[in-house]
Amino acid sequence: MSLIQIAWRNFCHRSLSSILTTLSLALGVGLVVLVLSIYGVISEAFTRNASVGYNLVVGPKGSPLQLTLNSVFYLSQPIENLPYTEYMEFMTQDQRKAVVDRFGGDPSLAERGGRYAPYLGDGFVIPLALGDYFGEFRVVGTTPDFFEKLRHGPNVDQPFTFSAGRALEEFSPEHSYFEAVVGSRVANQMNVGIGDKFYPTHGDPSGHGHELGFTIVGVMDPTGTPNDRAAFVNLEGFYLMDGHAKPIESEESDEPESDEPESDEPESDEPESDDSDDDAGANVEEDGEKREARPEEYRLLSILQREVTALLVQTDPNNLFFGPAVQNAINEGIRSQAAAPVGEITKLMDLIVGPLRNALLVITLITCFVAAVGILVAIYNSMNDRRRDIAVMRALGARRSTVTAIIVLESMLVAIIGAVLGWILAHAAIAACSSRIEDQTGVQVGFFSTSSNEIWILPLVLALALIAALLPAWSAYRTDVGSNLSA
Amino acid sequence: MTPMLQITDLVKSFPQPEGGILTVLDVPKLEIEAGEQVALIGQSGGGKTTLLHLIAGLLVPDRGSIRINGTELTRLSEQGRDRFRAGAIGYVFQTFNLLPAFTAIENVRLGMTFGNGMQEPERASELLLRVGLADRERYRPSQLSVGQQQRVAIARAMAGKPKLLLADEPTANVDPGSAETVLNLIRHTCREEHVALLMVTHDMHVASKFDRVEELDEMNRAFTSIDHS
Ligand SMILES: Nc1ncnc2c1ncn2[C@@H]1O[C@H](COP(=O)(O)OP(=O)(O)OP(=O)(O)O)[C@@H](O)[C@H]1O
Ligand SMILES: [Mg+2]
Repeated sequence: MSLIQIAWRNFCHRSLSSILTTLSLALGVGLVVLVLSIYGVISEAFTRNASVGYNLVVGPKGSPLQLTLNSVFYLSQPIENLPYTEYMEFMTQDQRKAVVDRFGGDPSLAERGGRYAPYLGDGFVIPLALGDYFGEFRVVGTTPDFFEKLRHGPNVDQPFTFSAGRALEEFSPEHSYFEAVVGSRVANQMNVGIGDKFYPTHGDPSGHGHELGFTIVGVMDPTGTPNDRAAFVNLEGFYLMDGHAKPIESEESDEPESDEPESDEPESDEPESDDSDDDAGANVEEDGEKREARPEEYRLLSILQREVTALLVQTDPNNLFFGPAVQNAINEGIRSQAAAPVGEITKLMDLIVGPLRNALLVITLITCFVAAVGILVAIYNSMNDRRRDIAVMRALGARRSTVTAIIVLESMLVAIIGAVLGWILAHAAIAACSSRIEDQTGVQVGFFSTSSNEIWILPLVLALALIAALLPAWSAYRTDVGSNLSA
Repeated sequence: MTPMLQITDLVKSFPQPEGGILTVLDVPKLEIEAGEQVALIGQSGGGKTTLLHLIAGLLVPDRGSIRINGTELTRLSEQGRDRFRAGAIGYVFQTFNLLPAFTAIENVRLGMTFGNGMQEPERASELLLRVGLADRERYRPSQLSVGQQQRVAIARAMAGKPKLLLADEPTANVDPGSAETVLNLIRHTCREEHVALLMVTHDMHVASKFDRVEELDEMNRAFTSIDHS
């Protein structure tokens, strides 16, 4: 018989004690695995999404964390908006002229290039307008660039793909400015698909609905990013709708441009563009009936009426210093701030999640330690019964080292079975909760999703078991044959 | 021809709980030839078990020499004695000492594993067959009668193909009928495998079956000097 067989026999012989010891170890290991997995899920939910495909978010002055939570994760309370002219600072003179020509605004805006445009190079800037909801999901007003230029995935090289349909277009003959793309979870949970129409609600998930509907033209494949939880609508359509949410025609009509959206020629507004109130008056249907959108019915907002919540900026990837340079330049200004989302996420992790994990790890490691002490006590207690067995084995020819090895092996058996059992328990629990975890965090977990730290569990538990076995093993080693053989 | 066992001037003493040292054994000479069967009798506390432990290398003598099959036991390290015992000596205990976690056949196989390390499942079965327990292979000691347990212990002692079998009152805990069976079994098996046998007993009836009976108390100088009142 091999020593392992012999150890296994001893394990089975004291089955109740062995099983209880193993179970307590399994619970300890299970707890550690759970903590590691939960931490893994949390950190993946944050950091995987930190590989957002851009290096800066620009938004109104305030907390950079708040800005990041809003524009990267679509979480937290909505923030203020930025004037459209801030967006234009990222455009070249040609682009600015085109915008002024198209939407109307201060002609002097077209006379110079944007302050930050030189830093863009091969990068991009994508505007976001937030504030509305589709069910519980954030509605994100943006441009088709969002789907063309952003990449995601671990290497930030995967373009967004669609399980059905296509990206939204700025203007299409069928849907005018009112195309929408929904993330995979939005499609699932709201039970919508291509061709369905939805009406964003303003302000909070239960708010009243806008009367302009967006037609879904694309459903995105799951990305494991917050984008799964967002409904994207065309920014132009968003503007047209926004004014309906905050009608301003009845109150303060002192600002001439805000309630004369009819003009589609370039307006000559005052150069001042820092109007802070939400004056996004738009062309809306006055009858309030939800009607099919037709292009000729809408007049796009002028520059002064436009606002963006945040800008996703990728500075020239060929020059690593441009990012910090733009960030500093923006933050020195009075109007907006620029935050590096990766940095903010890392800070958040360090601030909250890191200490939390450490606390949990300490607790669970103590649990494991207690379980290891349990092994020690269980085996050591059985040593009294065993002394005779050990003496008999010795008399049969077993060496001191052999009987010692049997004790250590038995402890290892408890450790291995306990560790495997605990791992299975924890992963079964995770698998059982996987759909809820995905709902809450967007992170997909299954039975076999492991965190890299789990590799250390078995060696750690084996080491603990080895230490726990030392005392009984020493006692086995020293067992005197003669005095323990006699009847 | 060298004897299988050759003891000269063997002295063993133990420290006493109340202090002082008690010499238990002082044996000038004891020899057993290969295949010979010897009964060892003596008073309780006379040092019989101690002598067997010394011969098995489980205890170290204070002085003197123990040669088994030409090997001087007292010159070996503890590990060397372990190895030597595993290869050359079988031991049947007064109280059987079967390992409770293992079945009958496994107990026999352990005798091989710890003995000379050979793995011959057929020999284990064959030994159990020879002691009449072929149908009890998978029984645990707690499921065997006392006599059956002792027979398993004999099979186990023989499993490692020893050259010298030490048996410490193997029939003391068995009813008279079984005692006869067990005794015959040991003697028969030893004869078959040409194993020398040194059997401790205080049963004169058992001793009378042996051609050679040694009285420890007579040859033990330590014993005669102790006051056994
Ligand atoms: N480890 C020990 N420490 C101290 N004294 C011991 C030890 N082992 C044995 N003795 C003493 O040695 C003497 C001989 O003991 P031993 O067990 O050899 O007797 P025995 O002849 O086998 O007796 P029995 O027939 O009752 O089994 C006894 O007086 C005992 O008290
Ligand atoms: Mg005795």
